[in-house]
Amino acid sequence: MKYVTEYRDAALVKNVIEEIHRTVTRPWTLMEICGGQTHAIVRHGIDQLLPHQIELVHGPGCPVCVTPLELIDKALEIASRPDVIFCSYGDMLRVPGSKRDLFSIKAQGGDVRVVYSPLDAVTLAQQNPAKQIVFFAIGFETTAPPNVMSVLQAQRLGLKNFSILVSHVRVPPAISAILGSPHNRVQGFLLAGHVCSIMGYWEYPPLVEKYKIPMAVTGFEPLDVAQGILTTVQLLEAGKVEVANAYQRAVTLEGLKPAQDAINKVFMECDRKWRGIGEIPMSGWGLRPEFDQFNAEKRFDVDAIRAEESPLCIAGQILQGLKKPHDCSAFGKQCTPDNPLGATMVSSEGACAAYYRYRE
Amino acid sequence: MTDETINVEGAVCAPSLPHTEQIVMGHGAGGRMSHQLIQKMFMPAFQNSALQAGDDAALVLPEHGRLSISTDAHVVFPLFFPGGDIGRLAICGTVNDVAMLGAQPLYITAGFILEEGLPMDTLKRVIESMRAAAEEAGVQIVAGDTKVVQRGKADGLYVTTAGVGVVREGVNISGANAKVGDAVILSGSIGDHGIAVLGARGELGFESAIQSDVAPLNHLIDAMLEVSNNIHVLRDPTRGGLATTLNEIAAQSKIGIMLNEQAISVHPEVNAACEMLGFDPLYVANEGKLIAIVAKEDAEKVLAVMKRTHYGEDAVIIGEVQGSLKGRVLLKTAYGTTRVIDMLAGEMLPRIC
Repeated sequence: MKYVTEYRDAALVKNVIEEIHRTVTRPWTLMEICGGQTHAIVRHGIDQLLPHQIELVHGPGCPVCVTPLELIDKALEIASRPDVIFCSYGDMLRVPGSKRDLFSIKAQGGDVRVVYSPLDAVTLAQQNPAKQIVFFAIGFETTAPPNVMSVLQAQRLGLKNFSILVSHVRVPPAISAILGSPHNRVQGFLLAGHVCSIMGYWEYPPLVEKYKIPMAVTGFEPLDVAQGILTTVQLLEAGKVEVANAYQRAVTLEGLKPAQDAINKVFMECDRKWRGIGEIPMSGWGLRPEFDQFNAEKRFDVDAIRAEESPLCIAGQILQGLKKPHDCSAFGKQCTPDNPLGATMVSSEGACAAYYRYRE
Repeated sequence: MTDETINVEGAVCAPSLPHTEQIVMGHGAGGRMSHQLIQKMFMPAFQNSALQAGDDAALVLPEHGRLSISTDAHVVFPLFFPGGDIGRLAICGTVNDVAMLGAQPLYITAGFILEEGLPMDTLKRVIESMRAAAEEAGVQIVAGDTKVVQRGKADGLYVTTAGVGVVREGVNISGANAKVGDAVILSGSIGDHGIAVLGARGELGFESAIQSDVAPLNHLIDAMLEVSNNIHVLRDPTRGGLATTLNEIAAQSKIGIMLNEQAISVHPEVNAACEMLGFDPLYVANEGKLIAIVAKEDAEKVLAVMKRTHYGEDAVIIGEVQGSLKGRVLLKTAYGTTRVIDMLAGEMLPRIC
């Protein structure tokens, strides 16, 4: 595949890895923020190739993992209504709520459908005027443009039966929360390349300035990840505190302006709960009041739903890079991909699932 | 129809419509309509003496040796997909399951669950496809059953098949027989069937030229058994894909398996579809591939004969059986790192981004 195979070339990856070995002189702890990168690192075993001084900790960048339990319970409540066709990205189907998941709702007669694009859900709304079509709009900045486009498209078509259940989160406030924690041990960040392809990376220099920690915009193929690590280590070793772009073929400083404009038209910043972490101020996006008619939380009476996490699960500490999956007493025992206690075991992007799947 | 043509002799009910265009409930009621359906649709296609005897069961001569028996239910949607259809799938699936014990498949039975309203032409195409697949595999369809369910209670049609075969003298093949040092051979590229069916459902969101690999593998297995008595395991990696099947074997044989990622072939179109949808080809279904675990000394010989057959021309050694890491499957990546290959947990779900 063009632009994929080249970035999986073993010889090229080896060159960059060797350069990392030549560069590093001291122990460094890096965090990859994005779940897609965690997946790539563990799948290709990149961490096994790194010098022992470099520790990678896995950040809270799996949108499925951080979607709060409460919101999943709301989704389940809405999906079980007979007048609703509930549409979701595939990963979310297996995420357990307090008592059940979307699979069980489907088995009990709920109309739950996997879509690849929220615009497919808009088409369903056109085709099924007697039904309420609800799309579970989760994700980071990467999925925000298609999700807001679905609202704009529904508005343009005058659809009265389409709404989205929003649980959008943003990367910069999460990084702030991690770096601002008294327990923080992260010394450098690999920034999420896909997020930056939309948003650019102009939001990060102020964070670098404030916390004195270097960051590198990083892609997702093995060569990209290795390059991102090398760039971050070079900055650390040189004592430089800045944002570097190690994913130049996809990311510019400004990002995609039309996508950002569309997001700002439909969404506004809001406080958001992160599963396992808790509330992070202004860390999410929600629908602007002028789009209330597309807001599933307002359309369906689900405000009263409250939920609590399993006490065994340490997903929150894992998502903050404080612990690794192996540190959890339930890992691989009470908690497996077949029977996940917390969301980091559910999504293939979750750190626990990645460890369970790929590690001895 | 004009008045002149009506010939009324006393009070008679109007004759029932022949319903030759689509399936109606009467086709499954066991009466004349059922009988006609069997005579017109199934008998001509599947003709053989055991079936044509028309008894409640097929009478076949007992064979010497051991029997391999398997059964399978087929509910694929859509009924027709690039490279195959539910009929070919039903025959090949059962032929392959029977053959994976080193047996020569002989007889197949087929049960049809038809949905009211199914176009007769659709049924005809499926039957013709079953006939062709049975002929290719060299098996006879000797017994069958047809039921009709109300509209909305089935997805067009379902087929269940059972198969019987005779295991060759001296052959002892089982998922429990893998031995340390054995070579793991895969008969071709993976993921074609699963992605072809997704494409036919319109779930890829783009046009694709990917064809299902659905095929009967018994002749390939014949050729392999001709040259080696040291084939320990044969299995077809269907649902759950290569990863799940190898995990089953590792657990059954209480051994470990080390794979070489670079040896496993995936068509570029299949790989592209998997990349876009967030699937791993190791977990995508195949219907015309087999895994053979063979004593190391015979591996090259078996591989060579596989490569001379149509369904094994892309066969390749993908790994070896190890004594350590019992019950686990590991994969060596292009970068020299290793990772664990687990079973598919539940349903294969696309990743969000």
